[in-house]
Amino acid sequence: MSVRVYDLAHSRAGDKGNTSNISVICYDAHHWEHLERELTEERVADAFGHLAKGPVRRYSLRNLKAFNFVIENALGGGVTVSLAQDIHGKSYSNVMLAIELPDPK
Amino acid sequence: MDHAKVLIGRPRRLAPKLTSKQLEETPVRSSMRSKDAVRVGAGAGTSDDRLLPALELAQRGDIDYLVFECLAERTVSRENLSRSKDPDQGYSPSLHARLRMVLPTCIKKNIRIVSNMGAANPLGGARAARKEAADLGLGDVAVAVVLGDDVSSLVKHKGDLRLIENGEPLESILPKMISANAYLGADVVCEALNTGAPIVLSGRVADPSLFLAPMMHEFGWAYDDLPKIAQGTAAGHLLECTASVTGGCFGWPDKKNVPDLARNGYPFADVKADGGIVIGKTPGSGGRLDVMTCTEQLIYEIHDPTAYITPDCVLDISTIALTQEARDRVRVANATARPATPTYKVNVGYADGYIGEGEVSYGGIDAVARAKWAAEIVKERLKLQGFLYDDFRVDLIGMSSLHDQVESRIEPYEVRLRMAGRTHDRKAAHAIGFEVRAMHMHGPGGAGGACEPRVRDVLAVKSVLLPKSMVNPQVVVEGKL
Repeated sequence: MSVRVYDLAHSRAGDKGNTSNISVICYDAHHWEHLERELTEERVADAFGHLAKGPVRRYSLRNLKAFNFVIENALGGGVTVSLAQDIHGKSYSNVMLAIELPDPK
Repeated sequence: MDHAKVLIGRPRRLAPKLTSKQLEETPVRSSMRSKDAVRVGAGAGTSDDRLLPALELAQRGDIDYLVFECLAERTVSRENLSRSKDPDQGYSPSLHARLRMVLPTCIKKNIRIVSNMGAANPLGGARAARKEAADLGLGDVAVAVVLGDDVSSLVKHKGDLRLIENGEPLESILPKMISANAYLGADVVCEALNTGAPIVLSGRVADPSLFLAPMMHEFGWAYDDLPKIAQGTAAGHLLECTASVTGGCFGWPDKKNVPDLARNGYPFADVKADGGIVIGKTPGSGGRLDVMTCTEQLIYEIHDPTAYITPDCVLDISTIALTQEARDRVRVANATARPATPTYKVNVGYADGYIGEGEVSYGGIDAVARAKWAAEIVKERLKLQGFLYDDFRVDLIGMSSLHDQVESRIEPYEVRLRMAGRTHDRKAAHAIGFEVRAMHMHGPGGAGGACEPRVRDVLAVKSVLLPKSMVNPQVVVEGKL
């Protein structure tokens, strides 16, 4: 059995230059350790492989039952020069939410 | 005029005079607030932000300050171009509509306005603001203007500074430079507030600093009082995107419900002299404000959460605790910070060619195959004409325009082909949209709805760090105090 990040957490993406940052925030604090174990930098880099060169860095925010993923070289050069429709990569949180993980149960 | 006289000297905060209806709407606030508290409201989080919620906040939120944050990364460059065509322009064009809307309420209620709508011409913005006030019959309203963020003449001679983004010398983009502006901090905005002017207008100031300044002004917080500076900066970061903490950019059908999102309100911070912070929103407005919405905004556009660098401090958000204190009220506690760095971040805007684009749609049987064929034809025709591009992109909207192509994705009933390229040749940029539109008559069967060819100037932005000692932030007052 597997779940999606979507089932355990909510997420928002932001931009600074050519770097995207994507939060992953648990609905239930009990799932934080599971996400810490499963939602690794490697797994996220894999999911974003076709969109971003990386590297991917994960910051753990235990107090906020959250993580912050910082993905470099992700936004077509950055808001001011990008040819993308979504120049800010605001929709990238949905790539994060679609990542499949083992069921925590 | 009478109103102008009231505003001479440092304006006093009015004692709360609530109607019975307002008291019903704001029970928590009226009971918790005392003289050692100030309420700072967010009126805009970008130049394109919605206008009306700011007026509702001024009318019903019982705020002391209304902060309009209106500068995106490249806005100052764009406004600098406006100013070079007309020396009276160069401030945010939205200044007129925003001030016309809120000034009568703000002057009447003694709500002070703080904004970076001065953009590339804060003095011009101040004159425009004073004219709006006069035209509204509000008399001679003074504006304290923050200057010194424009460091273009300074960095012209500093070609050896390194660009943060790629490590190359600033020299590489100096010939194309349009603007260079330092992100000033809350200290100079606080000085502007100290003049007593009802309106403070700046150019580039770091977003959270616009919100921190009123707190420093009210309570005399100094930069070495780090726990308070940290709390105020955290509050500023939570407020700087307005509706992002009140249910905007958040809702999800059947998963994250946002009540009455169409009428969502703007937030404010209730700040106490000891650094206590509670975030709330306009009474009676739609949306939601809770730990979930605040957490999304707290992490938004942060890299290392232990080192969020502003001109005022280096904030650590990892220590922060958010708790729901009441409905639509979230307490922010335990923010920590290290002292500010010795440099200002400077955004350097420069002209970097053109982006051209075009779109046309395909529907029904083999829609995707026809769109892909059209893309190949357009590319070949551009190549035959000898056009070259620094970057080029083909999107199938409805399938791969947001998250690129992956093999497993199912084909939709219809797609919109979008082609875009960046180039230093304006003709080459225009040719993209021209050739995509020509798919109506010269491409695969059944193309529909092409748009007009689009070309836009690229205003690129890179940044350098400049020692604070080289920058000279200052305050000038327009009008009588």
